[in-house]
Amino acid sequence: MTLAATAAPLKRTSLHSLHLALGAKMVAFAGYEMPVQYPSGVLNEHLHTRSKAGLFDVSHMGQLRLAGGDPVKALEALVPGDLLTLASLRMRYTLLLNEQGGILDDLMATRFENELFLVVNAARKEADLAHLRTRLGRSTTVELLEDRALLALQGPAAATVLSGFCEGIARLGFMTAMETTLAGSKCLVTRSGYTGEDGFEISLLAADAPAVAEMLLARPEVWPIGLGARDSLRLEAGLCLYGHDIDETTTPIEAALAWTIGNRRRAEGGFPGAAVVLRQLAEGTVRSRVGIRPDGRAPAREDTLIADIVGARVGRVTSGGFGPSIGGPIAMGYVDRPHAAAGTPLALLVRGTARPAHVVRLPFVPTRYYRG
Amino acid sequence: MSGLRFTRDHEWVRLDGDLAVVGITDYAQSQLGDVVYVELPEIGQRVEKGKEAAVVESVKAASEVYAPLAGEVVEVNKTLTANPAKVNADPIGEGWFLKLRPDNPTEFEGLMDEEAYRRFVEEQR
Repeated sequence: MTLAATAAPLKRTSLHSLHLALGAKMVAFAGYEMPVQYPSGVLNEHLHTRSKAGLFDVSHMGQLRLAGGDPVKALEALVPGDLLTLASLRMRYTLLLNEQGGILDDLMATRFENELFLVVNAARKEADLAHLRTRLGRSTTVELLEDRALLALQGPAAATVLSGFCEGIARLGFMTAMETTLAGSKCLVTRSGYTGEDGFEISLLAADAPAVAEMLLARPEVWPIGLGARDSLRLEAGLCLYGHDIDETTTPIEAALAWTIGNRRRAEGGFPGAAVVLRQLAEGTVRSRVGIRPDGRAPAREDTLIADIVGARVGRVTSGGFGPSIGGPIAMGYVDRPHAAAGTPLALLVRGTARPAHVVRLPFVPTRYYRG
Repeated sequence: MSGLRFTRDHEWVRLDGDLAVVGITDYAQSQLGDVVYVELPEIGQRVEKGKEAAVVESVKAASEVYAPLAGEVVEVNKTLTANPAKVNADPIGEGWFLKLRPDNPTEFEGLMDEEAYRRFVEEQR
């Protein structure tokens, strides 16, 4: 047995003492000390989120405000998403791209009348800030909202639970935001998440977060959920993890994220890497991100080599593990285009042995977003 | 349960006649979390002391199980394949991994006893 050990000065979120009081096992993640699981364990936390509701502390993520000038137009120049048509209090999943069409980060952008509110990956915060400050132009400023916490309440019971504290939240549309009050604290609530379930993300002052978290956790439907289950939930939902499934060497088309590119942007271009991305959109790519189901029981972890049935290398696993709701191993990875169709047999080279698997459509578990 | 010996890699071993029964400790299973997959060696396979003998996987990660003693694998706990959660539920009982015929049974006495292992784990915390 080799058990991992780490020791480095880590940042803490405002829920740190609450995590400890709840018996969390804390680990280092993106420079933060974060709960990987609570005493109920990853499997139970995962299944509970799919059947009832889970509360996640995602305060390590970067919360950014873009203001001044025309922030929507300024950000649109750096992403392939259609932001100009985004109505106030609507949000969009989009990608910061480099000049080769590689993905610098994936993010959620919420539109306000004259501002944008972004949630970016924890590990990309500093890089994104530098990129945005260089590229947005003089009149638009970027502010990292370091005094804010972010909670996610996810699962089929999330809307009922939150409705008990907040009028009108049950009818909030998917990918829509609402400014409201929870436990006396001003919050920005969005109907979004990273589990494939219905749910909400709640941005609020860090100092107010413990009281709101405790209020939600007092409801029997709501369990605290750690990063372990967050990862297995998003993998079952077919959602990308930055630095693993997408990075600067993968384009949106290779990553099967073409759906994030609006029709107007396809026609007009005008985003970094547009030449590469639009050519790939028209002509196809050499490789593609796909879902993979091992036929046996052995999980195939990140970096597992993928071969075709005659043994030629055709790709690599970028996320892989066990899907608790699937009850078996699942993975995502990039394979060469001829092997990307659902049903294609593959072999996964786990510990030197080729193990049969096949390509499946994503997500592994049907998403259950709120559709009104 | 004084018949157990332990490794610094958190395996336990117990002598059963001329065989050695091997598993992972309660501390190891608690650190791993929910075990979802166990890969066992072939019967007849030789294992070297401190080298990989089996693999145990939680939702998050795969870990090697090292052989506490050198020898030949004579039996594996096949029930773990269908029910890997036994490793969590009963790590030093029904959650055993394998039995081996040790090359040199006296190596057993060189491993940590229960008290020494308990102190070793305390130091790890």
